[in-house]
Amino acid sequence: MIKTMDSHPPHTASPQSAAPSELSQARADFLKVCDFDFYYGKKQALFKINMEIPQRQVTAFIGPSGCGKSTLLRNFNRMNDLIDGVHHEGDILLNGRSIYDKKIEIIALRRSIGMVFQKSNPFPKSIYENIVYSLRIAGVSNKRILDETVEHSLRGAALWDEVKDRLQDSALGLSGGQMQRLCIARAIANRPEILLMDEPCSALDPIATAKVEDLIHELKHQFTIVIVTHNMQQATRCSDRTAFFYLGKLIEYDETQKIFTNPGEKQTEDYITGRFG
Amino acid sequence: MNTATAEPTDFFSGAKAARSSARSLWSKFLSGICVGLALLTLVPLLSIVFLVLKNGLPLLSWNVFTELPPAAGMTGGGFGNAVVGTLLMVGIALALATPFGILSAIYINEYDPYSRLSNAVRFVAKLLTGIPSIICGVFAYAVVVLTTGGFSAWAGGFALAILILPTILLTAEQALLGVSKAYREASYGLGATNFQTIWRVVLPDALPAIMTGIMLAVARAAGETAPLVFTALFSQFWIQSLREPTASLSVLIYNFSTLPFEHQIKMAWTASLVLVILVTIANITAQVVFRRR
Repeated sequence: MIKTMDSHPPHTASPQSAAPSELSQARADFLKVCDFDFYYGKKQALFKINMEIPQRQVTAFIGPSGCGKSTLLRNFNRMNDLIDGVHHEGDILLNGRSIYDKKIEIIALRRSIGMVFQKSNPFPKSIYENIVYSLRIAGVSNKRILDETVEHSLRGAALWDEVKDRLQDSALGLSGGQMQRLCIARAIANRPEILLMDEPCSALDPIATAKVEDLIHELKHQFTIVIVTHNMQQATRCSDRTAFFYLGKLIEYDETQKIFTNPGEKQTEDYITGRFG
Repeated sequence: MNTATAEPTDFFSGAKAARSSARSLWSKFLSGICVGLALLTLVPLLSIVFLVLKNGLPLLSWNVFTELPPAAGMTGGGFGNAVVGTLLMVGIALALATPFGILSAIYINEYDPYSRLSNAVRFVAKLLTGIPSIICGVFAYAVVVLTTGGFSAWAGGFALAILILPTILLTAEQALLGVSKAYREASYGLGATNFQTIWRVVLPDALPAIMTGIMLAVARAAGETAPLVFTALFSQFWIQSLREPTASLSVLIYNFSTLPFEHQIKMAWTASLVLVILVTIANITAQVVFRRR
């Protein structure tokens, strides 16, 4: 497992609203997108994206369907490599190092970036085996480590008390909200640097959504979180910074409060006030 | 005003209702046809089972499994050697065809679905599913019997393997296609390699459907006569080695049913019953063992 992808000390402290104790460590350009174009076959999905995502904060991606926000998110852990006929130009740097660097193993990259999908997708295995999957594939078989990881991850995902007595039961028996939190627990079992969330609440009821949002608040102290959402209230509730995408372009990217109270672009204003999208 | 009040408010009367009741009659009529045809389909299937039971049960006893076939015109005896031969050659066929079939399916579905090789494999497999079984027999005769110098259980198993390979491959491919993309994404997202994803997530989920394909193949292989006539031939004796002519239930049924002796014809029915029972047992076992958890 790679913890940091280079040995430079983090430079500039984040100007955003993180707690002072974390400021010294957090890096403002932890994830840096440089002139990034992305194509599905001949169709261009992203146009010259430039942005810096700060460490240990929550960054929300908003925009109408098909605007490219999920595409960009899925490039951060190179999930798009699984699709046939895609290519990109430009670069994405994680902690100063290109994720497309030939020397970086894609497996190591994905281990350091957890992902939570729109539709919860626990494996048809027990709750326990779901959590330890990432450890098992890395060759960890020490029962004590596995047990500790399960408890730690489930507590981290606020699911421990609900499932601690039935860890060996199938994960498919959980409720929708529990399944999604299980997927979050599974994603953080690896102790990744970044947590990518692709509309994690779109299939959940309001109560389960509130739980996941509380969880995001908790997790941002340890992880850098990027969340794609269609829910504007959700972006205001849980993100520090918000990026608005439209037709494959990054229209505006700023502190969440500024985006929602005093957007700089007309298109952003139209979208957040519900005039289109 | 007048026209508005004249509108029928009762939905179950008037022209509208008449039309909808005609539609519902039509619908009932079509449903009736479906049910009727489904019942008709059962007639040949059930009559086969009935006929096999009626004619096969009288001679069914433990002896048929322990004794050798009676000579022409003689009574008594059994077909234990044919049961063993069939199990053996179907086993050889499975041992040869299953790894090739499943691994090829994994390649064409998981590794490089759009490559020329994958398309070629898919095309050839589909062609081969339609190939007459006697051609598999002639092929195995040329490749195994002629080169090794004689009829053998190996040759029989090889012919059956060629016959069932495309079935196993194509059903395994469908089984893999049926595994949710979400599982694969979750696995890759957690840093799994291709192999780990296939071995730990995709295959376990596809296994019940793959087993169904294998059972279809077993049923087909166990009942085939033509490929075995060219490769394993038949034997009146217990099998001593895999390199000699070997008896099988299907060839025994073929041989005995064409004889002019009543006892042998009855024994052919009993052998048919045993064949049906063996295939059913294999099928049920596979479904119980590999049931989706």
